Amino acid sequence: MLNRRIFIHSAVAATAALSAPRVLGQTKPRVVVIGGGAGGATVARYLAKDAAGALDVTLIEPNATYYTCFFSNLYLGGFREFESLAHGYDAIAAAGVTLVQDMAAGVDPAARTVTLAGGGVLPYDRLVISPGIDFVEGSVPGWTLADAEVMPHAYKAGPQTQLLKAQIEAMPEGGLFCMVAPPNPYRCPPGPYERVSMVAHMLTQMNPTAKILVLDPKEKYSKQALFEEGWQKHYSGMVEWIGPDMGGNVVEVRPGSMEVLIDGEVQKVDVCNVIPGQMAGAIAAAAGVTDATGWAPVDPATMQARADANIYVLGDASAQGDMPKSAFSANSQAKVAAMAIRAELTGSKLFPAKYSNTCWSLIAPEDGVKVGASYEPTPEKIASVESFISQTGEDAALRKATYEESLGWYEGITADIFG
Amino acid sequence: MGGAGRLLAPFALLAAAVCTPAAANLIGDADRGATLFQRQCSACHRIGPDAVNRVGPQLNGLYGRRAGAVPEFPYSKSMARMGSDGLTWTLETLDAYVENPKALVSGTRMAYKGLKDDGPRADLLAFLRDYSDRPRDIPEAEPTARKTLPDLAPEILAIEGDAEYGAYLSSECSTCHQRDGTDRGIPSITEWPAEDFVIAMHAYKEKLRPHPVMQMMAGRLSNEEIAALAAYFATLEE
Ligand SMILES: Cc1cc2nc3c(=O)[nH]c(=O)nc-3n(C[C@H](O)[C@H](O)[C@H](O)COP(=O)(O)OP(=O)(O)OC[C@H]3O[C@@H](n4cnc5c(N)ncnc54)[C@H](O)[C@@H]3O)c2cc1C
Repeated sequence: MLNRRIFIHSAVAATAALSAPRVLGQTKPRVVVIGGGAGGATVARYLAKDAAGALDVTLIEPNATYYTCFFSNLYLGGFREFESLAHGYDAIAAAGVTLVQDMAAGVDPAARTVTLAGGGVLPYDRLVISPGIDFVEGSVPGWTLADAEVMPHAYKAGPQTQLLKAQIEAMPEGGLFCMVAPPNPYRCPPGPYERVSMVAHMLTQMNPTAKILVLDPKEKYSKQALFEEGWQKHYSGMVEWIGPDMGGNVVEVRPGSMEVLIDGEVQKVDVCNVIPGQMAGAIAAAAGVTDATGWAPVDPATMQARADANIYVLGDASAQGDMPKSAFSANSQAKVAAMAIRAELTGSKLFPAKYSNTCWSLIAPEDGVKVGASYEPTPEKIASVESFISQTGEDAALRKATYEESLGWYEGITADIFG
Repeated sequence: MGGAGRLLAPFALLAAAVCTPAAANLIGDADRGATLFQRQCSACHRIGPDAVNRVGPQLNGLYGRRAGAVPEFPYSKSMARMGSDGLTWTLETLDAYVENPKALVSGTRMAYKGLKDDGPRADLLAFLRDYSDRPRDIPEAEPTARKTLPDLAPEILAIEGDAEYGAYLSSECSTCHQRDGTDRGIPSITEWPAEDFVIAMHAYKEKLRPHPVMQMMAGRLSNEEIAALAAYFATLEE
C-alpha cells in the first residue's frame, strides 16, 4: 500500500519538531486556507470532504459573500443579474470547514501561525494562500487605488463592477468609454476584451453613437482574431483598439478632469476603466513566498511554494508556468493541492497532478467562443501540452452551443467551488 | 480566535516536499539550443527584441505562425505556396523542417542541410519556442512541452480500476459536469453506464467523437486512468 511518505527535508523542520512540546494525538493536522475565492474555497471544501474528518480545515475570508469575477462581464452586458454572481459559504461550512470571517494580516512561517486583522492567531501545519491579485502601484501613471471611485478597475468583482455599470448607463449620448488594458500577466487573459464586447453590446442597445477606445500596452492578446471579427460583425465602427505602436503603452490618466493622455495627447473621456498591472494578493508577499516579479513560484507537481514547503499557493497569486490566471485554473490547481496535502498529512495516496483550463467568452448574444489547454508538470514549470481555440467564421449554431456550454460551466464550477 | 499555543503532533514530521513523478517533458534545453542557434543559424536569422529580416526571416513569434508569413520577406515560391496551403509552424512541423528542410518544403531557399540528431534539434526548437507567445498570456499559444501519458507509479498501476484514483480524477470532470446530474449547456454524466463511459472516453481520445474540450481531457488519460474513472463512477451507482 502506498504511501506514508515521511521525509525530513530540512534541519529547521527537524529541530523545530524536537524542541517543540510533544502532545501526541491531541490535535488533528491543521490546514489553514487564506482566501475564499476560486482556489481557496475549492481547496478547503475538497480537503474537508475527502479527508473525512482527519483534518482540521479553517478558511479565512473577510467577505460573507463572494462575487465571481467570472461572468461579471455578462452582468455589465445585461445578460445576468448582479446577484447571480453571489455565492455564500454555507455548504463549505457544512462540509466541515471552520469559517473565520476576517482578513489574514500576517504569516509567521517559522512559528507556522497566521495573524488575523481582528487580532487572533491561528496555528497551522499546512497553509494554503489563494488571495487573488492586488494592483501594482504606479502601473498606470496618474491612477491610484483611491481613484477607483472615479475610474473603476472592476477587476475584483463587487461594488466596483456595479459602479462601472452605472457609469456606462449614465454616459452622455455619443460619449466615449475608455479602457486602459493591463500588461501581462493579469487575471483572465481574454477578460478585458470580453468586457469590451459586453460594453459594446450594451451601448449598441442604449447609446448606439457612443464609442469605445481600448488603450493596450500589449502587441497581442488572447482570442484576438475572434474578438476583432466579432466587433466588426456586431459593433461595426464602435471599437477602436490602440496598441503599443500607436501609443497604447504610454498612457497617463487624470481622474480629476476625466482625461487620458495617449503618448502625451489629451483625450477627454466619459468613462474610464483602468485595469492596472497586477501582482499576487499582498498576503503572499507578507508570507515571504513571492519573488521579485511579485508572484509566488510553486512546485509544478503540487503547488507547494518553492520558498516554504509548509505553504501552498493557488490561483492568480502563483507563478506556476503556462496556466493562465483564471478561476478554472485556480479550481484545477486546488484539487491537485488538496490531494497532495492529504497525502502529506494523512498518508492518503499521492496521484499525478492533472491540470486543465478552458475560458469561454461572450462576444454578443449567443455568440460564445472558447480557448482551452491541458497542462502537465515538468520540473521547471507547469507546461502547456495541448491547446485549442474556437475558429473565426464558425456558424451561429456552434457559437450558440458554445455560449450555452459556458452557462453550464458556470453552474458546474460554482457548485464545485462552493458546494 | 484560537490562541497561539502551538501543539506539534507527529504529523509535523511529514513536513516534506511531496515528490511525484513530473510527467511532461519540456521540448528541450533552451540554453543549449541558444548556443546551437548562435553557431548554426545566426548567420542568416535574427531572433529576440528588435530582430529584423536578414538573409532569412526574423524568428520571433515563429510558433503558431503560417509558413511564409513574415511581412516583406522574399520567400521562395515553394515556401509561399506551403503557407497558402495551410502549413503552420508547430513543434511537429518545425521538427520535420529543421530535421530535413527540403523534405518538407522542396524548393526552400534555406541553405541548411538539416539537423539529424534528435537531442540537439529538440534543444534548438526549445530555444526558438521561448520567442513565441507565452501560454500563460495567450492560452491558445502552441504548447511548450510534449504531452506524455503520465508515468504512473507501479503502486497505482498495480490496482485495476482504482476507485480512489478515479475519485481524484473525477474532480476534473466536476468542474463542468454537475454531480447532481443537472444538464443545462453541459450534459449530465451521472448514472452513465460504466461500459458506455469507457467507450466514449476512448472515442474522444481517438478524436472519433467531436468536441475540443473532451478530446483534450480524454486525450491525456491513460487506459488505466479511464478504468479508474469507470471504477469510481461504478461505486456511485451502488
Ligand atoms: C472581468 C473578469 C472576468 C473573468 N472571467 C473568467 C472566466 O470566464 N473564467 C475563468 O475561469 N476565470 C475568469 N476570471 C478570472 C478569475 O476570476 C480569477 O482568476 C479567479 O477568481 C482566481 O482565483 P483566486 O482563488 O486566485 O482568487 P480570487 O477568486 O480573487 O479569491 C481571492 C479571495 O481571497 C480573499 N483575500 C484576499 N486577501 C486576503 C487576506 N489577506 N485574508 C483573507 N482573505 C483574503 C479575497 O477576499 C477573495 O475572496 C475573470 C476575471 C475577471 C476580472
